Amino acid sequence: MGRTLLVFRLAARDLRRRPAEAVLLLLALTAATATLTLGLILNGVISEPYQSTREATAGPDVIASLGRLHGAETGPDPAALKALTDAPGVVAHSGPYLYTQAALEAGGVTVRVWAQGRHTSPADVDQPKVTEGNWVRDGGAVLEAGLAQALGASAGDRITLGGRSFQVAGVAVTAAMPPYPKVCYSPCRYGAAAQNAPPPPIESLPPTSKAGPPPGAFWMGASGLIWLSEADAQSFAKQTQSLGYLVNLKLADPAGAATFVRGHFQNLVTAPSLATWQDVFDGHMWLIEAQRTALMGGTWLLGLIALGSIAVLVGGRMTDQLRRVGLLKAVGGTPGLVAAVLLAEHVAVALLATVAGLVTGWLAAPLLTEPGAALLGSAATPAVTPATAGLVAAVALGIAGLASFVPAVRAARTSTVRALADVPRPPRRAARLIAISARLPVPLLLAVRAAARRPRRTLLAVAGVAVSVTGIVAALSVHADRYAEKAPGTDPRTGLSQALLMVAIMLVVQAAVNAICIIWATTLDARRSSALARALGATPDQVSAGLAAAQALPALAGALLGLAGGIGLAEVLNEDAVVIPPPWQLAAVILGAVAVVTALTAVPARIGARRSVGEILRTEAA
Amino acid sequence: MTQANGSLPGIGPVLRTQDLQMRYGRGAGLVRALNGVELEAAAGEAVAVMGPSGSGKSTLLNLLGGLERPSAGEVWLAGNRIDGMSEKELARLRRQSIGFVFQAFHLMDELTAQENVELPALLAGRSPRTARRRAAQLLERVGLDDRAGHLPSAMSGGERQRVAVARALVNEPLIVLADEPTGNLDSAATADVLRLLDGLRAAGQTLVIVTHDARVTAIADRLITMRDGSLVEETRLTRGTVGRLAELTGLEG
Repeated sequence: MGRTLLVFRLAARDLRRRPAEAVLLLLALTAATATLTLGLILNGVISEPYQSTREATAGPDVIASLGRLHGAETGPDPAALKALTDAPGVVAHSGPYLYTQAALEAGGVTVRVWAQGRHTSPADVDQPKVTEGNWVRDGGAVLEAGLAQALGASAGDRITLGGRSFQVAGVAVTAAMPPYPKVCYSPCRYGAAAQNAPPPPIESLPPTSKAGPPPGAFWMGASGLIWLSEADAQSFAKQTQSLGYLVNLKLADPAGAATFVRGHFQNLVTAPSLATWQDVFDGHMWLIEAQRTALMGGTWLLGLIALGSIAVLVGGRMTDQLRRVGLLKAVGGTPGLVAAVLLAEHVAVALLATVAGLVTGWLAAPLLTEPGAALLGSAATPAVTPATAGLVAAVALGIAGLASFVPAVRAARTSTVRALADVPRPPRRAARLIAISARLPVPLLLAVRAAARRPRRTLLAVAGVAVSVTGIVAALSVHADRYAEKAPGTDPRTGLSQALLMVAIMLVVQAAVNAICIIWATTLDARRSSALARALGATPDQVSAGLAAAQALPALAGALLGLAGGIGLAEVLNEDAVVIPPPWQLAAVILGAVAVVTALTAVPARIGARRSVGEILRTEAA
Repeated sequence: MTQANGSLPGIGPVLRTQDLQMRYGRGAGLVRALNGVELEAAAGEAVAVMGPSGSGKSTLLNLLGGLERPSAGEVWLAGNRIDGMSEKELARLRRQSIGFVFQAFHLMDELTAQENVELPALLAGRSPRTARRRAAQLLERVGLDDRAGHLPSAMSGGERQRVAVARALVNEPLIVLADEPTGNLDSAATADVLRLLDGLRAAGQTLVIVTHDARVTAIADRLITMRDGSLVEETRLTRGTVGRLAELTGLEG
């Protein structure tokens, strides 16, 4: 007990003695834990608006649809759907409703839509909630809210549907189908059926075609949903010969929707397509799934940089604290005690970072998960479960422990006499670089030799910048990939861009912390050699420029590596071929990274260069 | 105010200070490290500065070399006043006119003896080839041509200090300022280094050597004693003195 108390007392005193380093550590770890928290809790934030929408619209538990098969001479038989309405467990239903497809043009933008024929009176199941205007009437269409938002359409506007003019009667939300552009009825398949019997996609027309789907078939892919009067829907179905029916089923046990679907699933192309309310929820989730992927990927990147920052900070502290370690050992502290003190400091910071990260993530999640127009209500306050908190804490402790381990062991193993003498770790010799640097101008000579003196730290600097630039370039690549070409009027990847922007901001913060850590350690380490270079005739400007270049060169290498890494990451995140951002953006990122690191170095380098050479050499020799 | 005028007859001073003062801190914590020091060193003269710890010897040497700025007074080197020079001008002065030898050697640990000696030449803008040739000559002169490729960590204290002397000479300075050059050495290494410095003096190199070690006076033309930041005594060393000390240190007279 006494020993534990001693360890914590020593650790607390050390943290208080060096608050700036503790704050840097905290920042580095918090960036990683906050991003991880965001990624973990993002799942829950959209479920509440979806449940509200389900309740307000008498959302169905199962949606069964049956579309006309491509090439079939006759239309689908609604009897197959009616049989489902009498199935055990079904307590209510609506439909069958006829659906067809058409090309919708509004404001110069053409999109594909599924048009559903509905009574003018409310149905028992799936009562789309009109949020603007009125419900359907002959010649008046109601747009699903996500689609209306994407098109910028509102009640009273004129739209063209399959070449015919309609008025937008209203805008409504539904819990029976995911929002634009994820709307799909039979021949689409959902859940397990999607794996068992995927229908062949029919993409015979360009997405901007104003004519409509191929006769007797359906477009697959990005589409929206509109409701028409039954008469208008019938009229379109005759025109396009693309015809289908759907029923909305309410079950006695909504949670058993998947079981119901499994029980009625037939692996036949003539069988209805069955979607559960969970499938619809997944459709809403799809919109934030990419955000989650980006945030989780960002967490890995941030974790890597945090590892680098902490390793450099701890290594720097060790250089600075060697004598203290010697004193501890000289008064009877065991190597284990020395290691425990060092680890305890970082465990304390990691626990603080866990709390800070959980709170930051919890507060930031609703900003990132605006449910959009397709659902009622606002994003739920996300819940931080014990599992989330545990995982975040484990990651923070893991990073801190991993980064502290080597310096802790090194400190524990350092001989007491050597530690008391405060003999710094000898620098590495890179003979080839030293020979090459002799041919360079003085600032570059000093830069190359400073970088070569601590190769591990230089590699960490390269890696830190590379990871940050990877995240930023990936964000730019995804942003450049204009999804609008595939789903006109909307960009579901806006959310992904937001997530990547957040990750990029975190990465920039983290990279700055990392750069400050490395620069701080390098400036401390280079104090003697810089003063000596000045004593031997180098000007303060040459020494400052040398130190700045010693950071700028690894930053440049890291930025170039990050460029390739970022495009690779965007390739992984994107289902489609990656779009390379404009060259000026890439150049700005590379030059920006180098400029930031150089600027951050310039300040301590200039301050160091102002100190008297005699004073530094006297201190270093003492 | 104390004065030590060391100009040799017919030769003007290379180095001169006037009312040189150095103070640290303020109020009750004020420390007067140097208190109105006046010193001259003529070309080709070897001046030894002795005194107890804290008497201001090393501070004086740092001011003479422009490594620190005085609180008041003047420092003149080769007819140029240096105490008001910019850091850039001081850097140029150091690489062209001053060679330093430190008690702690201050060699770059990751550079070989040869590379350490080359460094000031490279900083002065000499070509790598010229720097290499000059370093090789100097290492031969200090008797370390066979150790040119060794790192400081693989050399004895005496060898390291001889490398430091070679480094101080690489840009053919007007003056060499040595701060306790034998302070970290054993007797044999001390004798080696003193022999080397004596050779420099004999070759006409101006030397100012700050030391605790009385044996250094064996190679000096003049001995200046400091106490509490002031010059308190000056002794012009005669051939006889040199000869007697040379016997003590094992140097040839």
